[in-house]
Amino acid sequence: MLIFEKSESGRNATSQHVRLAHTKIEIPEKFLRTDKPLLPEVSELQVVRHYTRLSRKNYSIDTQFYPLGSCTMKYNPRGVHRLAFLEGFLQRHPLSLDINSQGYMACAYELQEILKTVTGMKGVSLTPMAGAQGEFAGVAMIRAYHESRGDTARNEFLVPDAAHGTNPASAVQCGYKVKEIPTGPDGNVDVAALQAAVGPHTAGIMLTNPSTLGVFEQKIQEIAAIMHKAGGLLYYDGANLNAILGKVQPGAMGFDVMHINLHKTFATPHGGGGPGGGPVAVNERLLPFLPMPIVTKTNDTYAWLTEKECPQTIGRLSAFMGNAGIILRAYMYARLLGKEGLLRVAEFATLNANYLLARLRAAGFTAAYPTRRASHEFIITLKDEAKELHIGALDVAKRLLDYNFHAPTMYFPLLVPECLLIEPTETESKQVLDAFADTMIKILEEAKTNPDLLHTAPHTLSVRRLDEVKAARELDLVFKKA
Amino acid sequence: MPFIPHTQQDTEEMLSTIGVANIENLFDEIPDTLRHANIEAIPSGITEMELTRLMKERAKRDGGMTCFIGAGAYEHHIPAAVWEIASRGEFLTAYTPYQAEASQGTLQLLYEYQTMMASLMGLDVSNASLYDGASALAEAVLMAVRANKFSKSQRVLMPRTVHPFYREVVATIVGQQNIELIEVPFDLASGCTSMEALKKISGDITALIIPQPNFFGVLEDVDALTDWAHAQKALVIAVVNPLAMSLLKAPGHWGSNGADIACGEGQPLGVPLASGGPYYGFLCCKQDIVRQLPGRIVGRTVDQEGKEGFVLTLQAREQHIRRAKATSNICTNQGLLVTASTIYMSLLGPEGLRLSAIACHQNTCLFREKLKKVEGVKKIFSGAFFHEIVLQFSQPVDNVLEELAKFNIQGGYAISQFYSELENCLLVCVTETKTEFDMDEYVAKLQIVLRHLNSTEKKAALNCEEGN
Amino acid sequence: MSNIPKKLKYSKTHEWVRKDDDVLTIGVTDHAQTMLGDLVYVELPELELDIEAGQECAVIESVKAAADIYCPVSGEVIEINEALLENPQLVNEDPYGKGWLFRMRAFENENSELLTPDQYSKLVASEAH
Repeated sequence: MLIFEKSESGRNATSQHVRLAHTKIEIPEKFLRTDKPLLPEVSELQVVRHYTRLSRKNYSIDTQFYPLGSCTMKYNPRGVHRLAFLEGFLQRHPLSLDINSQGYMACAYELQEILKTVTGMKGVSLTPMAGAQGEFAGVAMIRAYHESRGDTARNEFLVPDAAHGTNPASAVQCGYKVKEIPTGPDGNVDVAALQAAVGPHTAGIMLTNPSTLGVFEQKIQEIAAIMHKAGGLLYYDGANLNAILGKVQPGAMGFDVMHINLHKTFATPHGGGGPGGGPVAVNERLLPFLPMPIVTKTNDTYAWLTEKECPQTIGRLSAFMGNAGIILRAYMYARLLGKEGLLRVAEFATLNANYLLARLRAAGFTAAYPTRRASHEFIITLKDEAKELHIGALDVAKRLLDYNFHAPTMYFPLLVPECLLIEPTETESKQVLDAFADTMIKILEEAKTNPDLLHTAPHTLSVRRLDEVKAARELDLVFKKA
Repeated sequence: MPFIPHTQQDTEEMLSTIGVANIENLFDEIPDTLRHANIEAIPSGITEMELTRLMKERAKRDGGMTCFIGAGAYEHHIPAAVWEIASRGEFLTAYTPYQAEASQGTLQLLYEYQTMMASLMGLDVSNASLYDGASALAEAVLMAVRANKFSKSQRVLMPRTVHPFYREVVATIVGQQNIELIEVPFDLASGCTSMEALKKISGDITALIIPQPNFFGVLEDVDALTDWAHAQKALVIAVVNPLAMSLLKAPGHWGSNGADIACGEGQPLGVPLASGGPYYGFLCCKQDIVRQLPGRIVGRTVDQEGKEGFVLTLQAREQHIRRAKATSNICTNQGLLVTASTIYMSLLGPEGLRLSAIACHQNTCLFREKLKKVEGVKKIFSGAFFHEIVLQFSQPVDNVLEELAKFNIQGGYAISQFYSELENCLLVCVTETKTEFDMDEYVAKLQIVLRHLNSTEKKAALNCEEGN
Repeated sequence: MSNIPKKLKYSKTHEWVRKDDDVLTIGVTDHAQTMLGDLVYVELPELELDIEAGQECAVIESVKAAADIYCPVSGEVIEINEALLENPQLVNEDPYGKGWLFRMRAFENENSELLTPDQYSKLVASEAH
């Protein structure tokens, strides 16, 4: 039932109403609203109960194993969330004077330094508000770099066919044409195709490493050499940074610019779809183009660097300084882990992925890249099951929900038919992974003996399988009073 | 090991199942030369208790101020229930609702949000959020360029009364795509966008942006502006304060046909100031251009048994399907903030929201009266205002602000850096959170500060003369 | 096996073309609509628009995919199938009949790159592997 259907005209949560002596205003009538907006008229308890009950219809990290590939659904420390809610942080206006902002700025500055170190880069701007905005910033910096050198013929960006959809979309938003580079049978980029594609029109390439196929791009140094020789730059999509955190620095691989998804690698909460955080890190040559503002430190005082000090900047991406609360949380997470803890992230994320892959393969599931080591995630393909048992990745995913597991990412990357992309993350125990593997085995058995159970799953949630075709054909996007 | 649950025995068993001797072997496909990151510069880990101590000290350094700054981020009372519920793990730690059946809580909430926001804007549909107000305006511009089939020029009119940072963000984002942003001047007396200047702009126009209230807190003549734009076959993009829309005419009702797109900053609806984010951007539009609306959108549908349920819909416009041809590159949005905002709007209801808006306006009127007795300060702009006013000082504002800060008062935002014609000007905001006592304190301390600065100035001038 | 009528010509990108005097009718093949699944939206070109052969001129969308329609011939759009705006499923139900997309007046007589039904059958068969 919708909150609007619980609403009664004249009912209010009155302790939330401001007390006024009168309602006189000095605004001429022509500016005023005459109709009442459709907001619910309910009591405070009704609101609390309605949304608490809604929350219980969600799966979440706090309640379920959530092996959603490419999304790094690791534990989000509660202490970090609580401390971001300290009065002093909540009350700080973004345009406060620097003298009233030293506490926040210290955290932001130190996070910039930590990110520089883990990425092996020379400069960091924390302002992009999510991975896609980081990508936009990175590609815009590459464009600004070429333009600053009078190198204006470069109008093409290369993107592997396995890339996240945001990559080509970001390149287009920066005014580039996109050229897709195919992937070889081993999951590495087809270097011959890359060599053939580069030229005087190439501005750069966007790569994820390990790739979305769950394998490390082994020829990365060769790719970097080809790109740099052609005059193009390399963008690192940090979506999978969790796989190499503290082990391998993207800067050392030859990347010129990258973003970091704080909501993935640095454990900030996903909040049902955001907020995220997408700081960008750059090497020497892109330093002048970083988006503003950035925190700088002189003696023991922090200050903002803006357009005035950095005239070549690509500019601002948000009204203020990005998702500051997420920046705080990521900083706290990095401090809790420290250098030893950060290194273990990649180690145990990789251990968990390879263990789960080994268990599933032993049970008869097909790995998409059987000759390759899994990174922090891996793909199984159900194309044989689809052919023989008429069971698809969708059916297995929905059946997993019945067993109280969130489903892995399905049908991505597009290259692998009937695929499930599974990322367990480092914060799950062996016991949870075993329970998940046992359930997958059980579902495979059900697929043979009672396939209808899968086709009609889920059975135990608040709704059964939903009609997405109806939703798109008969758009119903807002409630209308009868 | 923070947050890693493995016992030594677990690790050994797992390695043996995989068939490797140690964890390092799992990285054997990575070229050896790359495998030696040096992260020694990062400090060692600390405990939650130690972290708490550190963060409390830092938070304390920034806290304890009485805030009269607005300029796009506003301090309002937030009911306790808002973040109590939004912080529940089921909302806080869920991902994007791609598995609809396991995300009905978030999806239904987003459908309710879309309903509330669209209605507040007087428009047909809303998306499920963008990053913030400034980037939402950039997306609105891109959307208008796609949606306006009559216009081929990609010329968008941007009044100078739009928040300067919003103008910068729009320039950064749409500047890469051959869209021309044309500045429209404002009338120095009223503080409104100049209708005369607007009428001098000729040729094909794709869209006109209209802020309400504008950056100066002044109310624009939205009906006239909207009708003028529509007469030029331009689309109208409203960028508004959503709280104010409980009191002011909603964009969908501006002029004869209403604005086509409304966007803005959702922060005033239940999101704390928190250093500028995370906030959220909202974006609403008329039904006929819904397919140009970027970002996630939730739709109501039914399940196999005909029971009501909610899903993400119109996904074929989005980057994960449409890739290079997507309406936007946005993926992650600001779901948690929308969760808080939806709970906030439910708790306040139409009347509560309107009363808060009235309280902000009344406080600002009262503050204006109190300032009349302060010498060397005058309110400029004659236009009607909502909850912000521009004050002009007889001396540079920066010193005044720094002196006021010593009394724990954040006196406003200095805006002359963006408007050379507005010398020594300060933008001040008074929301419902300020009491008459707070305002009296501000006025009293301001008088002290001005007296003090005038006397030091005189002394400095005297010293200067003596030196000569 | 998908339906490939003998009287039509085809493009490599799965559009079909029917010629009635100087008017060409264009749609998508049965094979294409099967691959996409239930259509939820069709975006058609503007009337009187001049389009080059090979140019993107329409989009058809299912829940999980969107496909561009490439114009198989050069010409001017003279009619669009407005029924599809309300009922995109007509493309699924009757791709060669009620599910036609738009009509054009061709600039050239014949596009030699169009495929015969036999050639198109082979193309579909080869893509299945």
